[in-house]
Amino acid sequence: MSIMKADWIDIGALDAIPVRGARLVKTAAGCIAVFRTAHDQAYAIEDSCPHKGGPLSQGIVHGTSVTCPLHNWVISLESGVAQEADKGSVRTFPLKINDGRLLLNVAALAAKRAAA
Amino acid sequence: MKKPNGSSHMKLAVSNLKPKQRLVVVGNGMAPGRALDKLFELAPDAYDVTIFNAEPRVNYDRIMLSPVLSGEKSFEQIVIHGDGWYVKHGVTLYKGCTVTDIDRKAKTVTSATGITVPYDKLIVATGSQPIIIPIPGNNLAGVLTYRDLDDVQAMMIAAKSRGNAVVIGGGLLGLEAAAGLSDQGMNVTVLHLMPTLMERQLDTTAGHLLQKAIEARGIRVITKANTKAILGNKRCEAVELADGTRLPAELVIMAVGIRPNAQLAKDAGLTVNRGIVVDATMRTSDSDVFALGECAEIEAQVFGLVAPLYEMANVAAGHLAGEDTHRFAASATATKLKVTGINLFSAGDFAEGKDREEIVLRDATRGVYKRLVLKDNRLIGAVLYGDTGDGAWFFDLLKRGTDISQLRETLIFGPSFAGGVPLDPTAAVAALPDDAEICGCNGICKGKITGAITGLKLTSLDDVRAHTKASASCGSCTGLVEQLLKVTLGGSYNPSAIQPMCGCTGLGHDEVRRLIVAKSLKSIPDLMQALEWKTSCGCAKCRPALNYYMVATWPGDYADDGQSRFINERVHANIQKDGTYSVVPRMWGGMTSAKELRAIADVVEKFNIPAVKCTGGQRIDMLGVKKEDLPAVWADLNNAGMVSGAAYAKGLRTVKTCVGTDWCRFGTQDSTGLGVKLEKFLWGSWTPAKLKLAVSGCPRNCAEATCKDIGVICIDSGYEIHFGGAAGLDIKGTEVLGHVKTEDETIEVIAALTQLYREQGRYLERVYKWAKRVGSDSIRKQVLDDTAKRKALYDRFALSQKFSQSDPWAERVSGLDAHEFAPIMDLTIREAAE
Repeated sequence: MSIMKADWIDIGALDAIPVRGARLVKTAAGCIAVFRTAHDQAYAIEDSCPHKGGPLSQGIVHGTSVTCPLHNWVISLESGVAQEADKGSVRTFPLKINDGRLLLNVAALAAKRAAA
Repeated sequence: MKKPNGSSHMKLAVSNLKPKQRLVVVGNGMAPGRALDKLFELAPDAYDVTIFNAEPRVNYDRIMLSPVLSGEKSFEQIVIHGDGWYVKHGVTLYKGCTVTDIDRKAKTVTSATGITVPYDKLIVATGSQPIIIPIPGNNLAGVLTYRDLDDVQAMMIAAKSRGNAVVIGGGLLGLEAAAGLSDQGMNVTVLHLMPTLMERQLDTTAGHLLQKAIEARGIRVITKANTKAILGNKRCEAVELADGTRLPAELVIMAVGIRPNAQLAKDAGLTVNRGIVVDATMRTSDSDVFALGECAEIEAQVFGLVAPLYEMANVAAGHLAGEDTHRFAASATATKLKVTGINLFSAGDFAEGKDREEIVLRDATRGVYKRLVLKDNRLIGAVLYGDTGDGAWFFDLLKRGTDISQLRETLIFGPSFAGGVPLDPTAAVAALPDDAEICGCNGICKGKITGAITGLKLTSLDDVRAHTKASASCGSCTGLVEQLLKVTLGGSYNPSAIQPMCGCTGLGHDEVRRLIVAKSLKSIPDLMQALEWKTSCGCAKCRPALNYYMVATWPGDYADDGQSRFINERVHANIQKDGTYSVVPRMWGGMTSAKELRAIADVVEKFNIPAVKCTGGQRIDMLGVKKEDLPAVWADLNNAGMVSGAAYAKGLRTVKTCVGTDWCRFGTQDSTGLGVKLEKFLWGSWTPAKLKLAVSGCPRNCAEATCKDIGVICIDSGYEIHFGGAAGLDIKGTEVLGHVKTEDETIEVIAALTQLYREQGRYLERVYKWAKRVGSDSIRKQVLDDTAKRKALYDRFALSQKFSQSDPWAERVSGLDAHEFAPIMDLTIREAAE
């Protein structure tokens, strides 16, 4: 149980991210983009567009999607999948909001590092 | 009195055989009240009941306290169980009697007044306590919570002063308290920590509408308000916010939430977590002790709305009556705000999601907003604002999980219309009589419009506007006029001639711009509501356009929305393919100096900038700068006197020049000097698309002014002003706008031209495309020939420049938008330590 708890780490307050914006979490295996929507939902996905690796964290957030700043691919924050007719997807990471704090699952990170 | 009959006689006989059990209830709120009602219905003679009520009164409807506060109801009107009820059911009620001890071994409870009563079964229903924010001054006189009738009476006495009240908390209770106090004549301010009101029950759009409605009642609302202290000597006098704001307050209400009141149960050794832990039968860790209401915690959840609390009451009553099949299951709950004149309803889950669809109805004139969230053809959430009449029906569909695929097309119109044949809007218009008024602003009736369409062979909306003025003012009848075109012209009418801005709206760019002015829309959420946007927060196509239109229309008045800008304009640098940025400082008219070049060289070395290049606009580009280095790079450039070159902006880029009379043997005028003057006047302005200028000192045109958006060719007799050139995707030579004699006149004409483009250009439309669309003659007429119009355009531009000329780099060096340039967390450090 204690190991389970330690898997979620506090990466900061939801309020530290602008509404309809994103911030980065730097990890040894690359950056993770943490998004906040207009309705205060939060999502964590890989910060690299499946098209040409564009930094999704820099895109415009609308609904639960982000538009990549390089070539306007639209990526779902929930599933990481690109909107049709573009094909591709990015990894998503478990993230939860607890009392206004953002908790990121580091077990999923370790898996990402092992894969990288 | 009921007549005795056979069955009650039988019951009497049974109860004679079996002595009554003793049921003690701690608490006399709505949940135990309902449990007893139910119990007396199921097993009228099973228990001798004793109730301890900490409040000195009978059971009343706590959720109706707000109408009591606002003066719309009296206490007597909200009583649930009058004294007679207790007598009728043989219930012993101890009023104003707090239980201080439960002895589970001896099976007794004891009150503060020393009364000890034995029990066979016990219900703990101690409710909840309002949360007191841990800030200095929270114990001053005049600081109240909003929980029971005593609080309401205290507030009503305080309100007699007609002074200032501050309500901390913009949730359901806080807003009801604020409205009540305002109705009682107090001057009320609501402080809310989050950006929108009631964010747990409402989406941001509804929260926004609610705030407007609350403010319209004369209540001040401050969101993102962090209360730091309550000030005063014995009595509260003011509330201080973290940003230093002080609000005078003779009354402060804390309405920031509740916490279960579980201390008594904890002291008795029952399992307590956040609330008193119960199973699905409402039994605590002691099977003879039940807990229900706001103090009970079931499956790690506590409840505050009445529906689940009543469900708990029904379950507990069933088990006390010997029926053991009942199990508690949390169901969806609905919220209604009880403030007269504000209709608001929300239920279920209304977050957005990929597997969810939404149906949005906005009727700006009536102030109606309805949003339904669907998942797998079932309604899972609803937010209704303004018109909540169908709330109950939607809530029923939601709770039942009804498949709505058959109703879908008309679902949002409610039960009277849902499932019916969708109305043919054209048929409705066709059925109107000729004298029916279509355009209220201009008093145009149907016959006049259809007459003009046939008589003058009109084919488009613009034609109809030009000839009849119908829909040319506020535009709200545009849909009707289009339908009249359709009815009159049949298949030959092609409404798609108007390109909508994007999938979020049916309106075109021009229409949106006109309505921004006509309806005085000053924020993107306002606009989306008023113009009935189809999505709740737009898309990457419309948001930057709307932000530009707002900036251009309301200088100084509109708060720029960074999150609706493309990244380059948000961080004032150009994003490159690898996610790094390029930085281009302004070089006025292409002139630079040893000091500037030295500073650039130093920056390049200090930050290991991999590439330095001359741009086509006579400046220097540093490529490959890491995002987190940007503020430091800018700080160094600022120190050498350089500002942002806006090489990323849909705005003024460069004014390219040749050396002119300063050096050139052919030069006819000071082209460099004019270029610098133009750039110093125009910099910082936002335009529909990028704006590039050039000034050449003679017709040899070394500054290549004839392929720029705006160009000047100097000649002996003065200045030839050009516009509408392009050298990019399209190649196009400029047209001559006209000839002027002086530098001052040149600057005035160019500023007026820029302003006209700012006002008429569609977002991302370059000058040459705009000129082609509206016609060069119409532009020439307004900025050159008609000197009064020119002056007016110039003045509007100059006014707007007052608000746009501050260096965005310097602002960020001093800390603006700091979140943009730093990660929220760096885990590489943590990982390295592991």
